[in-house]
Amino acid sequence: MNTLQIILLIFLLICAVAVSFTKSLLNSVLVYMSFSLIMSMIWICLESPDLAITEAAVGAGVTSILFFATLKKIHAIEVVQENKKQTEKEEGLE
Amino acid sequence: MSRKKSVEEYQKTKSFRFWRWLSGSKDPYVGEVEMKPQKEPVYSEEISQERMQEKLELQEKVYDVEQNPLLRLFRRVYAISAVLFCIILAGVLLYMVAYLPPTGEADKAVNNEVPARYIENGLQETGAVNIVTGMILDYRAFDTFGESNVLFTATTTVLILLHVRKKKVEKKRKEDRENGLEEEDDRMYEPQDDPILQACASILVPIIILFGVYVILNGHLSPGGGFSGGAIVGAGLILYLSAFGFEKTEKMFTEKTYKYVSFGALTTYCLAKSYSFFTGANHLESHIPLGTPGAILSSGLILILNICVGLVVACTMYTFYVMFRKGDF
Repeated sequence: MNTLQIILLIFLLICAVAVSFTKSLLNSVLVYMSFSLIMSMIWICLESPDLAITEAAVGAGVTSILFFATLKKIHAIEVVQENKKQTEKEEGLE
Repeated sequence: MSRKKSVEEYQKTKSFRFWRWLSGSKDPYVGEVEMKPQKEPVYSEEISQERMQEKLELQEKVYDVEQNPLLRLFRRVYAISAVLFCIILAGVLLYMVAYLPPTGEADKAVNNEVPARYIENGLQETGAVNIVTGMILDYRAFDTFGESNVLFTATTTVLILLHVRKKKVEKKRKEDRENGLEEEDDRMYEPQDDPILQACASILVPIIILFGVYVILNGHLSPGGGFSGGAIVGAGLILYLSAFGFEKTEKMFTEKTYKYVSFGALTTYCLAKSYSFFTGANHLESHIPLGTPGAILSSGLILILNICVGLVVACTMYTFYVMFRKGDF
């Protein structure tokens, strides 16, 4: 086991703990994304590139996008409504 | 012999009275027993407030951790047992890891004749340079067929759970507007025109989709295959959708597209694999040429199966996102 793998495994542990300890749901999804990326790098180190491609595409890509969509649905992410702000500004000018 | 009674005679019998009472057409007490309408009890505000306060005090006493020693004990035991359970579970799992055979040992259980056969004869029998794809789509193609069907079932379930009728949503939006309410759900929100996202997407989307198609088509030559390539294509489609909105994607991908593509891909997979199962089980010679290993048109059915799996996965990923976002194609 070379140094790169040890560093990656330490990062993996940090990410795995951080997912459950971050308070904001958005941040924990982002940390989970990085967990998947590190995992895909580890798969490459373990000489299984097939799994690495799948992990990067599904774990880091599609799953987190679905998480974001769900968080928006349950109003965990604040949606900035640009139109509203503009109308408020216009009203303020008048 | 039964005798038919006349109506007057029937009305005197007990069964008639019983049915009359049961159906409630006549109350037997009305007119016979003196009855007064019951008065509703009147509580003054003081009494009701007093009762509320008593209830609150009782609740505080019951749920107050400092006053209730039993609750305090329970909380402590609960916390300690939760931590203990987690530690014991982690310990048991780590202890089991110690029993796993070490990697690379010659005489461990995994090194039996099956992987030896795959490694030695895989290229000859399947024609795929990538042994993993050869195993997944040739030796164990039935498992992969099951996986594709699991994906299809998952999409169907999501469709059942999250699908909304367009007309209903529009009706609700109209009512909300008339009542001056804000729209609560973002189902019908089109993504806003973001110039940065659109510029990035117009460069990235073709590259991502091309890479996905490359991974699918080269599944038997290089790492990758139907599942990973399909996921990449699906991610590209999702990026395109979130940059340019539903109007543009609906031109090429609708509910009908999903239906026909998934069904067609699964059926093709099923028929293609049935052929090889049939010939294999009856010791017949398969007439599908394996080609020269390394060429793109080689390794028999694997290329077709890869394309089928890729199509199913790409459709599944895209449909998941659309269902989560909008609930309708």
